[in-house]
Amino acid sequence: MSDIAIRVENISKRYRIGLAQSRPDTLRDFLTFQFRQIGHFFSRSKKNRYEGPGYIWALKDVSFEVDRGQVMGIIGRNGAGKSTLLKILSRVTDPTEGFGEIHGRVGSLLEVGTGFHPELSGRENIYLNGAILGMRREEINRKFDEIVEFSEVGKFIDTPVKRFSSGMYLRLAFAVAAHLEPEILVVDEVLAVGDAEFQRKCLGKMNDVAQQGRTVLFVSHNMSAILRLTQEAIVLDGGKIVMRAPTPEAVDYYLNMGLTKQGERFWRSEEFVHEHNPFQPVALRVLNTQGEVVDTVNAADGFDITLEYQLPSAVNNLRVGLYMMTTRGEFVFTSFDTDDPEMFQKYSARPAGRYISRCHIPPNLMNEGRFVLGVNASSYRIQRFFQDDKALTFTVNAAGAPGSHWPEKRLGPVRPQLDWKIEKVEE
Amino acid sequence: MENAQPRKNQSPITYLKPAKGWLPVDFKELWRYRELIFFLTWRDIKVRYKQAVLGIAWAILQPLLTMLIFTIIFGVLLKTPSQGLPYPLFTLSALLPWQLFATALQRSSVSLVGNANLITKIYFPRLAIPLSTVFAALFDFTISIVVLLGVMAFYGYWPGWKILWLLPIVIFTFLTAFSVGLWLSALNVQYRDVQHMVPFLIQVWMYASPIVYPIETIPEGVWRVLYGLNPMVGIIQGFRWALLDGNPPDATSLISAVMVLILLVSGLYYFRRMEKTFADIV
Repeated sequence: MSDIAIRVENISKRYRIGLAQSRPDTLRDFLTFQFRQIGHFFSRSKKNRYEGPGYIWALKDVSFEVDRGQVMGIIGRNGAGKSTLLKILSRVTDPTEGFGEIHGRVGSLLEVGTGFHPELSGRENIYLNGAILGMRREEINRKFDEIVEFSEVGKFIDTPVKRFSSGMYLRLAFAVAAHLEPEILVVDEVLAVGDAEFQRKCLGKMNDVAQQGRTVLFVSHNMSAILRLTQEAIVLDGGKIVMRAPTPEAVDYYLNMGLTKQGERFWRSEEFVHEHNPFQPVALRVLNTQGEVVDTVNAADGFDITLEYQLPSAVNNLRVGLYMMTTRGEFVFTSFDTDDPEMFQKYSARPAGRYISRCHIPPNLMNEGRFVLGVNASSYRIQRFFQDDKALTFTVNAAGAPGSHWPEKRLGPVRPQLDWKIEKVEE
Repeated sequence: MENAQPRKNQSPITYLKPAKGWLPVDFKELWRYRELIFFLTWRDIKVRYKQAVLGIAWAILQPLLTMLIFTIIFGVLLKTPSQGLPYPLFTLSALLPWQLFATALQRSSVSLVGNANLITKIYFPRLAIPLSTVFAALFDFTISIVVLLGVMAFYGYWPGWKILWLLPIVIFTFLTAFSVGLWLSALNVQYRDVQHMVPFLIQVWMYASPIVYPIETIPEGVWRVLYGLNPMVGIIQGFRWALLDGNPPDATSLISAVMVLILLVSGLYYFRRMEKTFADIV
């Protein structure tokens, strides 16, 4: 199996930004734009027109090959260029520079339910969506029963999908897409939606596809899915490939990316949307019981997590949250600084100033291992001010944890000290 | 692409590279995607009449009601001459190709923007979208032609052998609508002004076509030649002639034909040139 399925060489993609100034959207802008273009024509060389602040490179000089039958993961932060890469590979958009070749039919699962029409029935949408995804009518006929069965919408198949629950809608949409049989399957974040059961089913189906020897490119923020489905992964950052390695190594690299110091994470100001952002994070820190910033903490001692941030003006209904995840992407817990009703009374409206929200993790809660911290600042159901799903990683050491007289590894992300009683109930 | 089964060394190779220069229309690819064009057309027709009590009857009512209004205003009140034909028949025979054109124009101008979710997610020949919109308008047309035949029967007109000319004329109307649709749909992706402009364009265009008045109203000579630049002039004239009688298409229609050819070729060129950027700017 040394056949090549995908080969790209120095692929770059440039987008225009600051559209309001540089790109004409209405006829009036168009006219003034044309005049400026004429001005540019005389004043500058053509090359300069495409550089500078009006343009960004979403991808820059990306080269790689994927063998036939390989399942390749693509990971990176938001805006790293993952989706742009997939769009180029699935021919939705053209590269600005570079060259690539794809051997075989490409099917993309860029978003479940693309092309579904709410007014049409489930049956009608299967045909429409199938055709959009590139299936022939005869192929859809052949797989129709299988698709309906997989989707579990059964007797609602002749109901307009606008009357479907969101779960049914998703299941049907995924069922159609999953029965596509391309040689190369491109998947982007389809697993980000749906309940656990649905996700389990999707992963199972993806696994089948991989088992059949088809080439799969899989983009996800779900590290456990990436680890389960792919052997090798590419890490993208700032439009460039920063690493290509066996998946566990690539995931570890990705999760540790962008850390300034072990146990501490600072945000640079350009990472905010703009300077008027009502919530400006400064630093996230993991502190041991002595108050030192550390990369490794002892589970038996407990530790603190602090988020320092600046509020340029008063913010109402603010809550600052922490997510603890394993490096495989499974959540351990979510907690907000105003979970306690008394704290909520006191701090839901915060005047301007610099703050530290401190979360104490009690002794004997976490199991040993490496964990990822995510932070979030929002006003409930109104606005999300800031979110970083993988702000910091740190290690928990299990020395002295309950049961450590047995030097074995324990399953699960937590290792709490629980109350056991032993009763003798019969002689 | 015809074969879904992965087979070694037989899979088609797709090249990814920046689009540059003149791109010919890939008719072979378009043919491969014929089922998609069919399903998009079918969706447009189906969705249009869903949840309307009268449903498909609207395709009959629309030309009939317009005919009624025009007959009252232009036929009865303004006593517009009608080439010796009963006024309702005179205007309805023009309204049919006109409505095919106007509906196709109106819908195709917003078609790419309306299907933005498809365009930004999946590859297929983008031409399929304006094409299927015009096909869907053809469906309404087919229904209303039955209405016209009914009105003709009512006035005691029977089409002769000339009715065979209808087919080339309809194809020509289709091409005209498609050409203008190409321009407007592609322009609308970048300049949303287009969709605000189209209703006025259609209105002006209608009065610039011999629908409520006969072509003889326009003075012969330079004015008539200028008038003929509007392809709908030749189409409507030919349509009336093929079904009823009136004047056969003349040199004016030839000008119309050349106009359509120019519009079609330039429309395809512009569309293909812009196509590559649709997903980025829509």
